[in-house]
This record gives sequence, structure tokens and C-alpha cells, in this order.
Amino acid sequence: MTQGKVRVLVAKPGLDSHDRGAKVVARAYRDAGMEVIYTGLHQTPEEVVEAAIQEDVDVIALSILSGAHLTLVPMVAGLLRERGIDDVLLLVGGIIPAEDRPNLKQAGAAEVFGPGSNLDEIVDFTRRNLRRGA
Amino acid sequence: MADDPKVGVPCGPGGKNPAVSRGPGAARSGPAETAAVEMPLPRPTSGLRRDRFITISDREIKSLYGPEDTKGLDHARDLGQPGQPPYTRGVHATMYRGRLWTMRQFAGFGTAEQSNARYKYLLKHGQTGLSVAFDFPTLLGYDSDNPRSKGEVGRLGVAIDSLADMELLFDGIPLDEVSTSMTINAPAPIVWAMYIAVAEKRGIPSEVLNGTIQNDILKEYIAQKTFIFPPTPSMRLITDTFAFGTEKVPKWNTISISGYHIREAGSTAVQELAFTLADGFEYVRAGVAAGLDVDAFAPRLSFFFNSHSDFFEEIAKYRAARRIWARGMKDRYGAKDPRSWMMRFHTQTAGVSLTAQQPENNIVRTAYQALAAVLGGTQSLHTNSMDEAMALPSEKAVKIALRTQQVLAEETGVANTIDPLAGAYFIESLTDDMERETLAYFERIEALGGVVPAIEKGFFQREIADAAYRYQRQAQSGELSVVGVNCYVEDEPSRIELLRISPEVEQRQLDRLREVKERRDPHAVREALDEVRTTARTERNLMPVLLKAVKAYVTLGEIIDVFREEFGQYREPAIF
Repeated sequence: MTQGKVRVLVAKPGLDSHDRGAKVVARAYRDAGMEVIYTGLHQTPEEVVEAAIQEDVDVIALSILSGAHLTLVPMVAGLLRERGIDDVLLLVGGIIPAEDRPNLKQAGAAEVFGPGSNLDEIVDFTRRNLRRGA
Repeated sequence: MADDPKVGVPCGPGGKNPAVSRGPGAARSGPAETAAVEMPLPRPTSGLRRDRFITISDREIKSLYGPEDTKGLDHARDLGQPGQPPYTRGVHATMYRGRLWTMRQFAGFGTAEQSNARYKYLLKHGQTGLSVAFDFPTLLGYDSDNPRSKGEVGRLGVAIDSLADMELLFDGIPLDEVSTSMTINAPAPIVWAMYIAVAEKRGIPSEVLNGTIQNDILKEYIAQKTFIFPPTPSMRLITDTFAFGTEKVPKWNTISISGYHIREAGSTAVQELAFTLADGFEYVRAGVAAGLDVDAFAPRLSFFFNSHSDFFEEIAKYRAARRIWARGMKDRYGAKDPRSWMMRFHTQTAGVSLTAQQPENNIVRTAYQALAAVLGGTQSLHTNSMDEAMALPSEKAVKIALRTQQVLAEETGVANTIDPLAGAYFIESLTDDMERETLAYFERIEALGGVVPAIEKGFFQREIADAAYRYQRQAQSGELSVVGVNCYVEDEPSRIELLRISPEVEQRQLDRLREVKERRDPHAVREALDEVRTTARTERNLMPVLLKAVKAYVTLGEIIDVFREEFGQYREPAIF
């Protein structure tokens, strides 16, 4: 575990404008005592990764309901690798068909949370899977 | 997991609350194993099923309603006759006895050809109006070849770059006979110009065209978030369409003032009602401020509401909506033409109520929601398909959704009599409450300086985010039940066939866009874009130059780029 507050970037990559889930999850993280940075809408993968670096976050939680997850998640994961970042937990939430989940995990997402996911479950998973050492 | 104690648990407090909710396919791995189980609600002390009986909007409902709840009700003043102000009982004298509601399924995906095939399929199965869904690049004014469009072309709607796409989209569809609704906002004037241009090329004059452009930018800032420009130029684009429509396309609804997305973003029923009507009155003010006579454009304003799962609350919402609009337009905005007082609206069942778990249950949810919309007197209706918590609907799913409306219309008898719930203590009391609460919201919005200042201060966004979070917590604690998600959970995910958008769609669209750009007259394109720019700098109506531009195959993205340079871009306060 990192000392101090866990820092989470909740991000909306792509043109997707559905932000209800992202905001609810952001608030759940905040209620759980984490430091939350919300990017707002319409971010490019480059902007998401740049924000993650600037904000020195432990977690990137991508919210995608546009169907573009198979494009955007590998782009974000690839940019993280390019920048030599391997200790940030990458999570994906949104409308993701079951058969796409293995692909996203292979691309670098630690977990994929679909519709109806439980907030406490998301927070709990995040805590247990932080990658930055103590 | 087969003996998971959470599986099959009934709804409500007292039991072991499952708090299990996994997407399809995640049953055997992933976060479920590490689930933090929500504390179950304590067993009620009242001897009843629950201590508080609430709607999904956290409205507390009494056990019984009686004459004391409607003692202020004056039938002539508050209800009137159908087709008579304040239209509480419906906007038409004969309602569904004269004509059923329009069955209008929102559809669009992939290329223009694919969407065209879906429209023909729906019309063949008895749909009575078209409704076009555009992809995100189109909604945000990017052509398919913009780097920001990568991965999004044709995903959640049809990709439209130029008139060439629009010609294919409506190929073989009689534009002088169907009515077409187009869910497009910031680029609405351009897409509308394309529609008019397609018709004109076929010899159909704009005067006979029938349909709707959503064109409601205020709710974009509030909830749907596909805005491009700041409020002032956006409102000018809208009043330009009002003026052009009045003159040239008189049967067209130039705006669909929408609560749907406000509700989907997480608002309560009353917030949906109040924010939508506040937006509506704001457009009336904008039209009048632009020099239009209120009765020249107000009859073409239309509305769009959600139908969520709390049955009676939804019905009361529609009845209250009509009454508030009629009273406001007559008393406050001085409209003289009764058509300006009439709120006509489309309804769509609640997308957010659909669950990925046990998706077939969504057919049932949608049917109840559709019934509420019809009992509330809607003019047209979209019923969601069972698979929409996971993907755009498959052909089979969308047909079931359409058939749901047909069963409702043809078999249940609910269309035989008008506003059958009028006079019920509960319904009338709820209708009154919602009207009163809406007027209270109007006062708060006015105290903030009006709709646009309230948007800039994040008022609506915060109200909605608060309600969305409260709902999520209530659903998680079991205070609100979601069958298949927090009760009656099944271990095995059910699988249904989903529509997949092939990655080749993007390439095909890019190829077509390149061909269009090669074929068109570059001189005409340059001239049209210059004209768009110079007109944008004046107060002249932009519609005629937009029509000229789209006919020269100037792309949507090229026009929007000019507007971006002239009008600037809106950045929202990111509130959660």
C-alpha cells in the first residue's frame, strides 16, 4: 500500500458522453477516502495518460460506454507502457460485452466492471490490487 | 458458487442482502469473489414489508390516498377536457381513439446502408415513424477521418459525414410520407439542411416534410454532454432553425426539449420535469428575444420524456408536464394560439433500468414503462430492446420491442378511453405534488439568474449527480429492488445474441468520405465555407448558407470547424 491517500484518476476517453457511471464511481472512491481526479469528458488516450502522470495516480479507472473500448483501452495501456509506467492499476468500466473482457485484460486492464456492478466491490477490488509497493 | 447463499434471495430488507451484481461472463472470476457485502437493511419494526415505501426518485408514498388528498382539485380548472387547456387529460380531443401514438424506434448503426436496411425492416414490421441515431463523431461534429473519431465511427449510431451519406440513409424511403426524428443537437442545423437537401433533390418541397430535430442544447450542458459551442452561439443556431422552420418547413418540430437524458443521467422524476420545462421556457424567451412572435414558433416546440419503472410517478409526471406548460405559456409568456399551449411529447422507456443480468426481464420492464407512457398520453413512443444494457439492439430484440407496443395498442384496451386514471386520489395528488415541486425548482433556477447561469454554476449537474449517487446506494442497500441484480440473482449468466459492429465499417466510411472529397467541386466548397463564416459573423439566418454548403458536399466536420473557430468551444465544469 502507498502511504497516504490512494490517488485515482477517473477518466472518460474518446467521444463518449455518458458520464453517470464515472461520476458515481468517482464519488464512491472519494467516500472510501481516496483522492479522486475526474478528467471530464472527451479525453484522448494521450490526455488520459498525461493526466495520470501529472497527478501521480495509483489507479486509472476508464469509463467507456461508446463501444470503442477495443480501440481505446489498448491505446491507453500502450501509452502507459511507452512511458515506462507499470505500477498503475488500470480498470475499465462501462458497457462491455462479455466476449470482449478477455481482450481488455490481455491489453492490460486488471478488471472490467459491467452494468450493475457494486460500488463497494469496485472500491474493494481497487484496494486489494494496488500495484505500488509500501 | 453453485451453493452461493445469495442466489435466489427475494427483494427488500431483512433478508441476507446479496449485493452481487456482475456483468455477463464474470460469474466465475473477477471481483465477485472479493465482494464487500453491503450491510443488509434492518428488518422493519412496523410489521410491514418496509419502513419506508418510496419511489425510485426517493419520494415517500402513503399507504392510502383519499378525498382529503384532492380537496383542492378543481376539475374544470385543473383537469379540463382532453384537447382543452390545461390539457392535463391529453392534447387531443379524441386521443388514441382518433389515432394511436406513433411507434418510433430509435435506430442507427454502422454505415448509412446498414441503417437504411434497419429502417426498412422496422417499417415493414409496422413501425410508423423513423428515428435516427447518429454516432459520436457526428454528434460532436467530427468527420470520420478526424483522429478523434478513431474506434467510434458507426459504433453507437450511423456515421454521417456529407450529403452522400444522407442520400444513402434515406434511399427508397418516401420522405413525403414518413415522419423522421433525428437525435442531433449541436450540429442540428447542418444535419437538418442535409435532410431538406435530400428531399429537394428528389423533388419534394420542404413545406411537406414532417419530423423533428432534437436541437436541444441546454440539456446537453445539463446531462447528455454532446455540446460543442458555448451557450450564446448555440442558442443563436437554435433560433435560426425556429425562424427558418416557421417560414420554410412549417410541419417540422424544430426542437425536442428533452428530459430523457436528464433522467438517464440520474435525475429524479421531478428534476426531469422541472429542468426540461425550465429549458422549454428558456427557448421561448430566446425566440422572443430574437424577434419572433411567440405564436409563430411555439406550436412547433415538442418535448421528449423518459418512462422509468415507477409506474404512477411517471403517469403523474406527464399529466403535470402538460398542465405546467399550458399555464406557463398562456399566463406568463402571453401565447394566444392554443397550439402554443399544447405540450406534445415523445417518450422512450428508461435505458438505465435495463439490466445486463437476466436480460429477458428487460422485455417486462419495458412493457410496464410503455404502459405508463400511454396512460400518460404520449404522442409517440420508443420501447427499448432487451439487449441494450450490453449493445445496440439486434434485429430480433428490436422486433420484440416493437411488438410490445403493438400488443399494448391492439390487445389491452388501454387506448379505448382517454386518461383513464383521472380523478384517482393518488394520481391527482401526485400530479399536484409534482407541479408544485417543479414550480419550486423554477424559483431556485431563477434565483441563480436563469437556466444558462445555473448551468455555468453547475447547479443542474450537481442536483443530478446527487440523485444518481443516492439511487445507486439505495439499490445497493436493498432499499430499492432490482430483480436479477440485488434479489432473485441467478448464478449462471444468460447469454443472448448481440449485434456486433464490424471494424470494417470505419474503413468503408473513410473510403466513401475520401471519394466524396475527390469528386466534389473544390471551388464551390471553398466559396460555401467562406459564406458560412461571413454569415456566422452577422445576425443573418445561417440556414440558407448551410443548405447551399451541404448541397456542395461540404462535410459536417468542415462546417463545424468553421463554427468552432467563430464561436469557440464549451468546456464544462467537471463536477461529481
